[in-house]
Order: sequence, then structure tokens, then C-alpha cells
Amino acid sequence: MSADPVTPGGDTGITRDEVAHLARLSRLAVTDAELDVFAGQLEVILSAVSRVGEVAADDIPPTSHAVPLQNVFRPDELRPGLTQEQALACAPAAEDGRFRVPQILGEEA
Amino acid sequence: MSAELTRLTAAELAEKIHTREVSAVEVAQAHLDRVAAVDGEVHAFLHVATDAALASAAMVDEGLAAGTAPASPLAGVPLALKDVFTTLDMPTTAGSKILEGWRPPYDATVTSRLRSAGITILGKTNMDEFAMGSSTEYSAYGVTRNPWDTSRVPGGSGGGSAAALASFQAPLAIGTDTGGSIRQPAAFTGTVGVKPTYGGVSRYGLIACASSLDQGGPCARTVLDAALLHEVIGGYDPLDSTSIDERVPSVVEAARLGTSGDLSGLRVGVVRELGGEGYQAGVRASYEEALRQLEKLGAELVEVSCPHFEYGLAAYYLILPSEVSSNLARFDAMRYGLRVDKGASAEEVMAATREAGFGPEVKRRIMLGTYALSSGYYDAYYGQAQKVRTLISRDFAAAFGQADVLVSPATPTTAFPIGDKVDDPLAMYLNDLATIPTNLAGTAALSVPSGLADGLPVGLQVMAPALGEAVMYRVAAAYEAARQAEDGGPLINRVPSLPGGVA
Repeated sequence: MSADPVTPGGDTGITRDEVAHLARLSRLAVTDAELDVFAGQLEVILSAVSRVGEVAADDIPPTSHAVPLQNVFRPDELRPGLTQEQALACAPAAEDGRFRVPQILGEEA
Repeated sequence: MSAELTRLTAAELAEKIHTREVSAVEVAQAHLDRVAAVDGEVHAFLHVATDAALASAAMVDEGLAAGTAPASPLAGVPLALKDVFTTLDMPTTAGSKILEGWRPPYDATVTSRLRSAGITILGKTNMDEFAMGSSTEYSAYGVTRNPWDTSRVPGGSGGGSAAALASFQAPLAIGTDTGGSIRQPAAFTGTVGVKPTYGGVSRYGLIACASSLDQGGPCARTVLDAALLHEVIGGYDPLDSTSIDERVPSVVEAARLGTSGDLSGLRVGVVRELGGEGYQAGVRASYEEALRQLEKLGAELVEVSCPHFEYGLAAYYLILPSEVSSNLARFDAMRYGLRVDKGASAEEVMAATREAGFGPEVKRRIMLGTYALSSGYYDAYYGQAQKVRTLISRDFAAAFGQADVLVSPATPTTAFPIGDKVDDPLAMYLNDLATIPTNLAGTAALSVPSGLADGLPVGLQVMAPALGEAVMYRVAAAYEAARQAEDGGPLINRVPSLPGGVA
């Protein structure tokens, strides 16, 4: 994806290739037909949300969370969790008490 | 008899059950019969837990027969639970194919509090997939119909919960409100919906949409019923690290106080930026009438300005997708949920599964969030949206310096026809114009019916500062009582009969 900075409130054109790249980053195997639809829709949405750039906010601190809480810890005590059986009960595939997953590393690795 | 039971409020039902005039089992059965009669038309429920509901009600009856005090003021009263809260004994889908048939290994805190309170959980309600949507049309399991006009949407994302209330399938329901998903469906169905202060109701076991905005809350047909439910589900939970460790505001007392009908000395802030242009004429007329009624109750109307609210929608649709893109990464086809075995590698299986398991709105928001968080775009989009969030909180703080509560129409329009906005995401997003600022600021708000516009319900939004729920409930209860006195009864009594229903 291009690393060009965005002009606030300016042109937010998003190409079909960029949408394909976003889909790959998002682990979504979207179809060609979907790419066409999403490119148009994301363009419309992005041009609407880019309005946030119209607000002069250089000296405004960002809010990530409405309630300012810091360092919320629980007591460091043992407490019951899920059993192995419970954890695996809804797994798409399990073997020998473990999650069975497809190949993670490529052949060449 | 059975039909009459479904028309009663939760408070009335509780009294009858606790004085043993009727049994909790009879009440549960009456509601299950109603579900069987009308839900084919409405489609509010994704799962009906007949046996579990009757067993839970029987336990309440046994306790009462043994002379034990009821577990809560709502023990034995039926409830419809939004399918985004985990339940051990019922499937939990969040309206998504990716979780079809999933049986969670634990109960959400809200679920366990409902159970401990002796509330009868009738089943799980339909919703837009992962609570993303304003019409319930983005559910993977079909649309819910608005009982006021079944060709129209019930709002969303909690359309199932709101429609269950408006069709007398349940007197109580639970929703979640990330940008209006409790209040907008309440407005569209002539019911009451409350978005509590962020951190007021535990998010443990609430399947995340946007963690910094999500908030569970009570839905009902009256303000008092919502207050009773609020006190059951609210309060500190150590399992949610954003839970507020303070006493739940005394909302039941406040709602009862409100019905006395006196609001003198109270300042009601009329938000200049919410209302007027962009709001349907019938909605505006209903709002004007509500303002007149509040004044008649003795409240002092003060005009307040919240100049950054107009940027709320833009900030929200950057912050929410950003959080969504991260939260929904957990659906990786490895540990639970759907797996589509297409491709050799884990990555290919993951992409094929997410492609098949997510609907279009979820995909759009994941990609939008991925974009907004990308290097080179982060500052202009996500970073800037977070600053706007600060400015919106400051607008609220200034307004609450001038007024005890703020009011606005809950939604710009009444319920729209099914199919109208489903392919136009931006038009859909505009539904949340008036409700979003509250979520960004983490404050509290509710929607209470304010009458009809062309035969469809309109909602009045009442907003309060963080943990200021008591005054909000008081104002809403006073307004509700005054409106009903003038109108000759609750708005919900005017809902048309459904084909399968006797009522």
C-alpha cells in the first residue's frame, strides 16, 4: 500500500488493487465481483469519514477509551479455567487433546 | 388469560408471580405460546429455549412455594437475550455464519446475573452480524420484521430484542449499544432502550464488536421495567477490566420518582446540532411536542451547542472499524467456529473461512479498519478520529455544565422499508447520527417512545453524564407518564395485531 500521507478532507480515491491488498491483509479471500463492489463502497465511506480531517485538533490529546482506567490487575491467584475437554469441544478439528490445524509453515521453511 | 399475561409489564408480572396469583411457569408458557403464534411472522428469535425456560420458571415457583423470598424483583419474569451474549445451554451466533451452532463453554456475566435473579431466559434474539448494522438485515439468519409494519425493519443491531418486546413475545430484553443498537431499535418499535454508562454493565462474555464503545443494556416496554432490569445486570465485575467499581445508580427509585410527574428545577438541554435539517418532518413534530411536554412538567429548557457532534459519525466509522479489524482477527478457523478446508496452508484456510463465514458489512468494516490503521494513514484517520472523540467528550462536559440532561430525537427517521438501505452503507450509517456521540464519550442515554409519525413510532433520546442514569430515568419516566396521560395510554397498545396473534 502506498505510504503517501492522506490529505485531510481531500481525495480519498481507493483503487481495486488497494482493496485486494486490504483483503489479503484482512485474511479475506474475496471474489473479483466483491472487489468491484467493495472498491466503490469503501470509496464513498472513506470520503465521508475523511471529514474528521476538517477539525483543527493539533493540540488535542487523543481519546482511546472513554473511562480513563490504568493498570487494572486481578489478584495473582489460581482460579479454575476451562478443562481441556471444554476448550476442545467446539474445535473444527482436534487430535490427542490438542487443536489440529492445517500446515502453518511453507515447504521451503 | 394466557394472552392477557403477555400484555402485562414486567413489574406487573413480577407482582402476580411473587404473590402467587399466577405461577412463573404459566407466565413462561404464555410467552412461549405467543412466540409460537407470532414469531413465524416477526422472526425475533434465533433460538427458543422452551425446556430451559420452563425449568427455570419452575424453580422460581418452587422457591416461592417453600416461602423463600424471590431472588430479585424480576424473578420469574421472561426475557429475550440478544444472541451476542454467551450462554452455556444455548447456541450463540452473534448473527454470523462463522459461529453457526457454537456452544460457548461459559456464560457471560450478564447471562449469569439474569440466571441468579431468577429471570426466565426464553431464548436468543436476532441481530445484525456481530452487531454491525442498523436494520437487522445484516444477520446471516434472515431479517427481523417490525411488528408495527412487517414490511419495515425493526432497526438494528438489536432488532430481534426490540421486535420481541413490541410483539409481546417478552416483556424484557437485553441489547448491546455500540453506536445506537439499543436506542435506534427502541425508537423504531415504540419501546424503551437504555445504553448505560460505559463500564456500567459487564462486557465479559459479550462477543466484541468495538471494545471501547460496546455496552450492554436493558430493553423493555416501560421505563420502570428497564430500570428494574438495569439494576439486575449492572454493577462491577472483576472479569471485565473496564468495569466501573462503583454502586449502580438507583434507577428504580428514580423511575418511580419520575412518575410523580414533577420536573421543576430540572434543566433540560436541547442540543442545537441534533434535530432540524436531515430529520424527517414527523420526527421533528414529535420532538417539538415532547419538548412542550417536558416544559409542562416544570423542566427548564436550555439550548446547548455541541459543535463537534457533526463529526461524530466520521470519527465513529473510523474508530469502530479499526477496533473491529483487530477484534475479529480471533475468528481464525482454528479453535472454534467455522472452518472451510480449502487450501493447504493455515493462512489459506483462514482466508477461505472468513470469506465464507462473514457477511458483506463485516468484510467492509474489517477492510476499512485495516486501511485506517495502516502506516501512512493512521494519523490522518484513526489518530484524528481519536482527537475528535476528545472534542465530543468536551462538548458533552460543557453541555452538562448548563443542563442536567440533554435531549434530541433518537433517530433522524422512523423505520424504513426492508431492502431500502441494505446496499448503501453510508445511508445505513446515517441512522446513528444522534446516538453515536454518547458512545464516543462513554456517557449514558436512552430512547423513550414519543408518539407516532405516519403510524410509525418515534423515540425521544435523553442523555446523561457518566453514571448520571438516575436523573435520566427520572426524566424519561415523567415524560412517559405525561405523554400517556395525554394520549390515553401506552403507545405500544396501538401496535397492530399480527396474523398469528389473538392480541
